[in-house]
Amino acid sequence: MSAESRTIELRSSPHIRAGLSTDAIMLNVVYALVPVCLFAVAAFGLSAALMLAVAAGSCLLTERLMCRMGRQPSTLGDYSALVTGLLLGLTLPPGFPLWMTALGGFVSIALGKALFGGLGHNVFNPALVGRAFLQAAFPAAITEWTPAFITGRLTTCIPSTLAFPFMKAPSIDAYVANAGIDGWSGATPLMIMKFRFGSEAFDAITTQGLFLGSVAGSLGETCALLILIGGAYLIARRMMDWRIPVGMLGGAFALSSVFYLMDTSRYPTPFFMLFSGGLMLGAVFMATDMVTSPTTTAGTWVYSIVIGLFTVIIRLKGGLPEGVMYAILLGNALTPLINNVTQPRIYGAKRETKAEG
Amino acid sequence: MDPDSLGYIFINACLINNFVLSMFLGICPFLGVSAKIETATRMGLAVIFVMLVSSMCAYGINALLIKLNVEFLRLICYIAVIASAVQLVEMFIKRFSPALFRALGIFLPLITTNCAILGLALFQTQKQYNFLQCLAYALGAGVGFTIALTIMAGLREQLDLADVPDAVKGAALTLIVAGILSLAFMGFAGLGG
Repeated sequence: MSAESRTIELRSSPHIRAGLSTDAIMLNVVYALVPVCLFAVAAFGLSAALMLAVAAGSCLLTERLMCRMGRQPSTLGDYSALVTGLLLGLTLPPGFPLWMTALGGFVSIALGKALFGGLGHNVFNPALVGRAFLQAAFPAAITEWTPAFITGRLTTCIPSTLAFPFMKAPSIDAYVANAGIDGWSGATPLMIMKFRFGSEAFDAITTQGLFLGSVAGSLGETCALLILIGGAYLIARRMMDWRIPVGMLGGAFALSSVFYLMDTSRYPTPFFMLFSGGLMLGAVFMATDMVTSPTTTAGTWVYSIVIGLFTVIIRLKGGLPEGVMYAILLGNALTPLINNVTQPRIYGAKRETKAEG
Repeated sequence: MDPDSLGYIFINACLINNFVLSMFLGICPFLGVSAKIETATRMGLAVIFVMLVSSMCAYGINALLIKLNVEFLRLICYIAVIASAVQLVEMFIKRFSPALFRALGIFLPLITTNCAILGLALFQTQKQYNFLQCLAYALGAGVGFTIALTIMAGLREQLDLADVPDAVKGAALTLIVAGILSLAFMGFAGLGG
């Protein structure tokens, strides 16, 4: 543009805008997580509150420790460790022993983030690294579920919460029976779908219940509505890429529709798939992690749709009832390759010539 | 899915029991050649080829050994077959792609001692697969190896730019990433069952 043709634009204030900083984004993610956390405490009571506190505390402590060991300035102020801690806590079952939660927080930050060089260098979502570690290390404890909204939850802990480290956790059966619930099978909607499809218990699950969160499950995954509100807030503030949740939920919805239309007597409805388990929480808060998702627009679509497809395949065809965590970790692992393949053409460069890099 | 069907055998060898990430075979080239994506995919192709050839040969040799009633020679025969297949690949690559030959370096002849390949030959004998099943198994194992190697190479190329603490630079971090990747592959457990 030549100097003559440049026009002077007159604008009213503000003239200088501050760019988005990491800590501002992370703080807003914390805001978006607050309703989910409050609902978790309301639904699962004292144990949930303790667990979120321990998960967050363990992550913050590990972050501080790692910074000190690396002789680097403390990065506690960017809130990312707090987000990791809350997300880890929200993916765990209500009665999960606190010492295991603390261990998970340590693994999340130490193995998932600090060893890679801190925030921005990690290749996997730290909270999910911790969750995958816990799932592999304590497969029994992490599949022990408690019903939501049972009486007395706000005054007493689920007994397994306060289990002594390396000791067998007390059974929750007596606790659940005490609260006046008979015949609790300890299953989440997805487990009922997987192992007892078509039974009365399966028919009793309503999409409304899944949407509003009256079902059993991990702390933060039960209420799809609040997660969506949190996501909408972040998208409205342009702190989250809307393509990722849309692609992931769309991919999952499309593939589960195909299965459902193929055989309605064997596969659940796509709405069930969408609102059950951790798909919503994963799509809004985990897959959208800026560090571990692709940087190109086309890559973002590929990444999110692949995660959605993996989730449905693992849920319907795999041995495990829930696959969101694994799907997102696999998506994270594929991110560098997706970035590599979907590099946009340099403007002016010929189609045939490969960009150097 | 029928556990004897070709599709299941392929998926089983490729994803569920991925040779590298869930059976921990062939870790040496997995760590050695995973620094660049391009080398990694080509190494993967070489391994797929060697696996297919040695799987076919191992099938024939096994039948012959059983006929002659000398099954105790199985291990040594398999090793000889694998070594010759690798030699073949080596000569081929040296002739047609000297650059790749240099990039793969010592890891190309080392395919001979890649336990994934001997493992494949022994597993297929142990599972008593027929010829087609052997081929599906070998292809699945090879593709699985290539997938693992390529994903790892992608991650390592990205980590080259990361500000990694000195204590874990190099092999240590690679092993940690491999461990996390292996955790992620646990999601495929029981697929198609």
